[in-house]
Amino acid sequence: MSISLLTFYLFSSILLLSSLMVISTKNPVHSVLFLILAFLNAAGIFVILHAEFLAMILIIVYVGAVAVLFLFVVMMLDFKTSLEKDNILQYMPIGLLIGLVFIAELVIVLINTRLDLSNIQILSNPLDNFSDQSNTEAIGSILYTNYVLYFQLSGVILLVAMVGSIVLTLRDREGVKRQIVSEQVDRKGKIELVDVKSGEGVDI
Amino acid sequence: MDVLQSNIFELITIIFYCILIFIPLLVGVVLALYADRKIWAAVQKRRGPNVVGPFGLFQVPADGLKFIFKEIILPDSADKTVFLIAPIITLALSIAAWAVIPVQAGVVLANINVGILYIFAISSLGVYGILMAGWASNSKYPFFGALRSAAQMVSYEVSIGFVIVTVLMCVGSLNLSEIVLAQKNIWFFIPLFPMFIVFFISALAETNRPPFDLPEAESELVAGYQTEYSGMPFVLFLFGEYINILLMCAMTTILFLGGWLPPIDVYPLNAIPGFVWFILKVTLVFYMFAMVKAFVPRYRYDQLMRLGWKVFLPLSLLAVVLTSSILFFFKLAPGMS
Repeated sequence: MSISLLTFYLFSSILLLSSLMVISTKNPVHSVLFLILAFLNAAGIFVILHAEFLAMILIIVYVGAVAVLFLFVVMMLDFKTSLEKDNILQYMPIGLLIGLVFIAELVIVLINTRLDLSNIQILSNPLDNFSDQSNTEAIGSILYTNYVLYFQLSGVILLVAMVGSIVLTLRDREGVKRQIVSEQVDRKGKIELVDVKSGEGVDI
Repeated sequence: MDVLQSNIFELITIIFYCILIFIPLLVGVVLALYADRKIWAAVQKRRGPNVVGPFGLFQVPADGLKFIFKEIILPDSADKTVFLIAPIITLALSIAAWAVIPVQAGVVLANINVGILYIFAISSLGVYGILMAGWASNSKYPFFGALRSAAQMVSYEVSIGFVIVTVLMCVGSLNLSEIVLAQKNIWFFIPLFPMFIVFFISALAETNRPPFDLPEAESELVAGYQTEYSGMPFVLFLFGEYINILLMCAMTTILFLGGWLPPIDVYPLNAIPGFVWFILKVTLVFYMFAMVKAFVPRYRYDQLMRLGWKVFLPLSLLAVVLTSSILFFFKLAPGMS
């Protein structure tokens, strides 16, 4: 048994266990932390598969940005009161439905590859000379040539989502004083130099 | 059996290299802590630590020993597991990032292709130590400190990311050694000077250094996320913080100051081994960090957010567009000529 196989089993077992803990712990903050652990182990599996670029992007995007905001929100919730009222059975049907869909997709993929796990080929293999390119170059040379339209489209979708969420939360509140730095720094017309005669003072 | 044996041998070699990184790093942190206090004192016309050992050099080890022998106080209402894991995560992550830092040509533990992304990923994980500490303490001040820190680190990571992109466009590789080698003709802080400044200030914010040390602003939040910590966990936080600061100094050195390269490639200068240049440059950047701490007043939180989102983000985005345009139209980009 080689070390890479050993590390694969280590990462995947921690991944499965922590995913289980995500849905079974009572404390929402703990489940977010377990979710982060699951992300990290998934990144580890990517590294074993020599997909180091994907692994790093997974950590930077999901763990470094998305999960931080997630944790941020969950930490500020007052979850202690809502713990006992929760009924697990209430969410059971929809959970089962989603689970069934996922299992069906997995089964379809596995049937298509005919369970030949020793020789899994990527379904569409657009690169011929993959071996002499680094990961990043390979992804870039596909993403910015064959799939440039989809890439740009997904960027536009994200932009629309961003603009939309800003528009939804932006509101004008009355009586809010804002700091305008340029106005603060600019003293033109706000300072007056006056010659004061001795004993007379000035009117303000 | 042979495969297993060679694997175990490899593992032992890696552990040996890890120790080889860890010990100098520990010495570096002790010296950095000492230098930080000394420089701060000198700016304020004080003496600084000068009692323990020659020139007060043993002050930091003495402080460390004191912390080790102190009792670890666990707050009654704290989430104890998370409370104790948080400082461990902070220290472990800050050390882990050093695995890819090249101190000399070929002298690096892991010369991976995505080195800069690895460092970026690890430093973006650093926020979890602080968030977990703040939440697990179950107390108001640490919680506010953690929230501030998280918002601050996420904000400044954005501009750091764009600055790294501008440098990477000039290099054409994500490998840290190749980033250094690409600066053989000119160090990047000359053509990319505005980005050098943006990176330096963002690095201050990313490591919670003054003037951006709002997460632990003692006038408002006692000690921020560290308030409830004592003894060894506190030392772990302290060391993690300083290793992160040294990491940011090393990153500035690698990205902008030519890493291990001598200033000019002439005889007496290039005879000096590369790691000496590297350490010298890291020391110089750390000196700048310490000076900023000594004479810049603390920012207000809204000013901090304004600087991050309204000044640095547009500036670094503009720099990305400008740099790529110049590289494209003058055919300077790597692999274009």
